[in-house]
Amino acid sequence: MNGWSNERAAEIFPMVLEGFWVVLKVALVAGIIAVALGLLIAIAEQTAPTWFRRPLSGVMQFVRNTPLLVQVLLVWYATSLYINPEWTAFAVGSAVLGVHYASYTSESYRAGIEAIPQGQWEAATALSLPVHRTWFAVILPQMMRRSSAAVANWIIAMFKEVPVLFAIGVIEMIARVQEYQGLHYSGSLEGYTIAGLLFLAASYPVAVAMRRLEIRLAKSHF
Amino acid sequence: MPSPTSNEQRQRNGPEPIIRFDRVNKSFGDLRVLNELSFDIDAGERVTLIGPSGSGKTTILRLLMTLEHVTPVKHPDENGGVIWVEGKPLSHMEKGGKLHVASERYLRQARQKIGMVFQQFNLFPNMKVLRNVTESQVHTLKRSKDEAEAKARDLLELVGLSDKIDNYPSQLSGGQQQRVAIARALAMDPDILLLDEVTSALDPELVADVLGVLRDIADTTSITMLIVTHEMGFARDVSNRVMMFDQGVIVEEDSPDKIFSNPQEVRTQDFLRAVLAE
Repeated sequence: MNGWSNERAAEIFPMVLEGFWVVLKVALVAGIIAVALGLLIAIAEQTAPTWFRRPLSGVMQFVRNTPLLVQVLLVWYATSLYINPEWTAFAVGSAVLGVHYASYTSESYRAGIEAIPQGQWEAATALSLPVHRTWFAVILPQMMRRSSAAVANWIIAMFKEVPVLFAIGVIEMIARVQEYQGLHYSGSLEGYTIAGLLFLAASYPVAVAMRRLEIRLAKSHF
Repeated sequence: MPSPTSNEQRQRNGPEPIIRFDRVNKSFGDLRVLNELSFDIDAGERVTLIGPSGSGKTTILRLLMTLEHVTPVKHPDENGGVIWVEGKPLSHMEKGGKLHVASERYLRQARQKIGMVFQQFNLFPNMKVLRNVTESQVHTLKRSKDEAEAKARDLLELVGLSDKIDNYPSQLSGGQQQRVAIARALAMDPDILLLDEVTSALDPELVADVLGVLRDIADTTSITMLIVTHEMGFARDVSNRVMMFDQGVIVEEDSPDKIFSNPQEVRTQDFLRAVLAE
């Protein structure tokens, strides 16, 4: 093993950065899935008929209680065997990561919905508001206020787990460092340090922004 | 088509009542709250329901608002267990000349002529005052935004809150919030207004404003009102009939003057003594 070298760090930086863009792209796709699908699941759990709700919560239990790595590998091999071997690791990996975190965000949304006083539903009924209006104008705005911080925390956690997709061959940062290491028999120390710093540089501003948002929500009249 | 019972009753009573409870049952699990309860209310009446807590008063309002549903009776056509509003079944719907348990879609239509003001106000906290009053006008009654806003402004003026239209409910006192809730209910042009302990959650000094607004409405409109309240002075001023409930049945009913000054039943006497001693 070689010690830290600034030259190697400079050499490996562009490669790691390239891997970082892939991480950001995965995080964007998976994040959209986690935010949107989680919401749909939470609404379905409140409104769908039992025959749909039961299996849905069963699947969500499974997703929450098995390791992400196992799910990624399982879905990757299963889809390439039975559905379409052409699907890219990027697409499959982003989808699995998104669904995995949707199972968590849906819980945060659910908590936000259940915290809304029963009287809000009753007022909407008393005014005969259409169901979609009750959800979009009354329930969801109040839920977002309660759930947004928790959901954002899940997205940050998800962002940090993108490197798991290395296991199915998504060329993100770990893959890049290993590529360099394979060629030069060194560079892991510098590469992983840079990877860590890039994650920090991306996560920290989001965490700060979230704290600001929480303070603003606490101060607002609604 | 009205049931045989209501035809019979109509011939007896003259004009059709706006609200008819026909042997209505309501149970929560094993607890029977209403036991074959029957009564009629005519259009324009102001009826106050009094009685100890748990006597079923609030349940009656919640059944009318369809927030609760009657406990089904096997043959509603013969055995009752049906609530009628304006000559049409509210708890049930008619299909092929028979009464069936009402669907959510039917209820949406059936409840539109009924408005309710709640003990806890239940304003939408994410909407400003004006939008609280326009929301259902626009989305339930499909009024234009301009029309809804004009109506909301009028009603908010009526309840004395013209200067609060751009505030959120959390910026208002409890009494102000309740007055917005009254405006919101009136915006739907209800024929029937249900008032469920509307001053019980208010600080004492805020009660008078809310009752003042309700007195105005009672004086200037012909809306049928069902009032559950512990404000006996208000009940006496506003209502033309008082029903005393206990354990899901009507113990006694009469004009407020008679009920308050000369109650006949022991249970009414005991209840009034307890309430007025407070």
